[in-house]
Amino acid sequence: MLHEVFIAPFLDYEFMRRALVGALALAISGSPLGVFLILRRMSLAGDALSHAVLPGAALGYLACGLSLPAMTFGGLAAGLAVAVASSAAARWTALREDASLAAFYLVSLALGVALVSLKGSNVDLLHVLFGSVLALDDATLIFLAAIASFTLAALALAYRALALDTLDPLFARRASRLGEWIPFAFLALVVLNLVAGFHALGTLMAVGIIMLPAASARLWTRDLTAALPLAAAIGAASSYLGLVLSFRFGLAAGPVIILVAGGAYFFSLVFGRTGGIIRLRRPERHLEG
Amino acid sequence: MGSASIRLENVTLGYERRPAVHHLSGVVEPGAALAVCGPNGAGKSTLLKGLAGLLAPIGGRICWNALSPRDIAYLPQSAEIDHAFPIDVLDFVAMGAMRRIGLFGRVGRNERARVAAAIASVGLEGFETRQIGTLSGGQMQRALFARLLVEDCPVILLDEPFGAIDARTIDDLIKIIARWREEGRTVVAVLHELDLARRAFPQTLLLAREPIFWGATREALSEARLAEASRMVEAFDRDAEECQRDEAPHAA
Repeated sequence: MLHEVFIAPFLDYEFMRRALVGALALAISGSPLGVFLILRRMSLAGDALSHAVLPGAALGYLACGLSLPAMTFGGLAAGLAVAVASSAAARWTALREDASLAAFYLVSLALGVALVSLKGSNVDLLHVLFGSVLALDDATLIFLAAIASFTLAALALAYRALALDTLDPLFARRASRLGEWIPFAFLALVVLNLVAGFHALGTLMAVGIIMLPAASARLWTRDLTAALPLAAAIGAASSYLGLVLSFRFGLAAGPVIILVAGGAYFFSLVFGRTGGIIRLRRPERHLEG
Repeated sequence: MGSASIRLENVTLGYERRPAVHHLSGVVEPGAALAVCGPNGAGKSTLLKGLAGLLAPIGGRICWNALSPRDIAYLPQSAEIDHAFPIDVLDFVAMGAMRRIGLFGRVGRNERARVAAAIASVGLEGFETRQIGTLSGGQMQRALFARLLVEDCPVILLDEPFGAIDARTIDDLIKIIARWREEGRTVVAVLHELDLARRAFPQTLLLAREPIFWGATREALSEARLAEASRMVEAFDRDAEECQRDEAPHAA
């Protein structure tokens, strides 16, 4: 029985194995980024950027149809353009980052929807918005895995720089010539993961696998070095469970993955060891000194 | 060290054409300990931002000579530090080493020793593994001073370093400033409490948007000069005309 529910779908169907690999890659690289997004108080920036990816992907689709390289390149270019433009606007104009990001992504989203409506049916729009984790081909899988590997390597290399820039941006900027570029590089990583995510989960759902496990992890530990792998683990577990449930009950896979991650988040809100409701309401007895 | 001075040439600093520091000239000599005093809104913090290179003058010129921005440590009044960030005191103080090892370098044995010595100097031994979010205001200020010690810069700019801090902590931190002076570092501090300026800073710049006096602290903080400074009108004149004074860098 258990075997039938939890293991058999992946043994019997190749598309389920592909979906699992793709979703795991996304979760493991995206969730740690989410932890930093939360620490930088940019939780909504991921959302904004994911909308910004849309017009580029739409342009790629307009030019070449449902083609992986065209849509990827378009999404990447549009996402990076918005990320760079809004960081630059925040740095060199009177507007703060959240305002400039909101402005740029709204324009970008409107442009994207307008472009998609120029050609193509609603089915195509659904594909772009919600992805197709059950129809990942070889090229897409390799692409997802490559981005995940690159992200993890970049995070490992720039971990300290990113943490310090998050903690005290003015100091990081003054202490090193490279400090100025940390926020740009970080947003670029987020865009990369969103572009990877939109093939599998769609532009709207891709943010979910970045933010939800990260928010959950922050409720269980104060230690950053523990929060990063914990977020990745929660993301991976949600991906697996989401696929199992969607297969069992015939639901769309992408949204169910996000729903499971959402369930983990609500559980953490209540029971989280460092930030959950129960711990804050009923603190442990105080210490001697 | 002769070239490590900061020269202000007829400097006007401000926001949206409004001067916050108006036509200031002078030299911060290497090894000087300069207090910047004056009423609220006198442009003290603005001047420090200018000296740190964070705010470009809207008139005149600031010459750092041989100093690069990386030689100048700056402690802002309310640092943009996220106190909820999960980092302990040891790692926080070790940030100061970034100027030498860069963003990616290793914190080697020398740097570790330096960090430990800095933590001991500010009296935070035993706090190494405490999260910065759990520190009191005074303890946080000690941690920030420890980070400045690790930074090891020839010029140190402090904006109101003793706001809301108890006497014991102030005594300890003033000892550190005295040590910096002995080591020949330049220290410029915005101070609200004039007694602290008299105690630890031989030179004072009394500022009330216009420079009132720049020289020996006792003279700068005389009754007459303080009275003059307090007459500064804080509100901007809405119908202010364009300033007609000479903007040439060396006119003063």
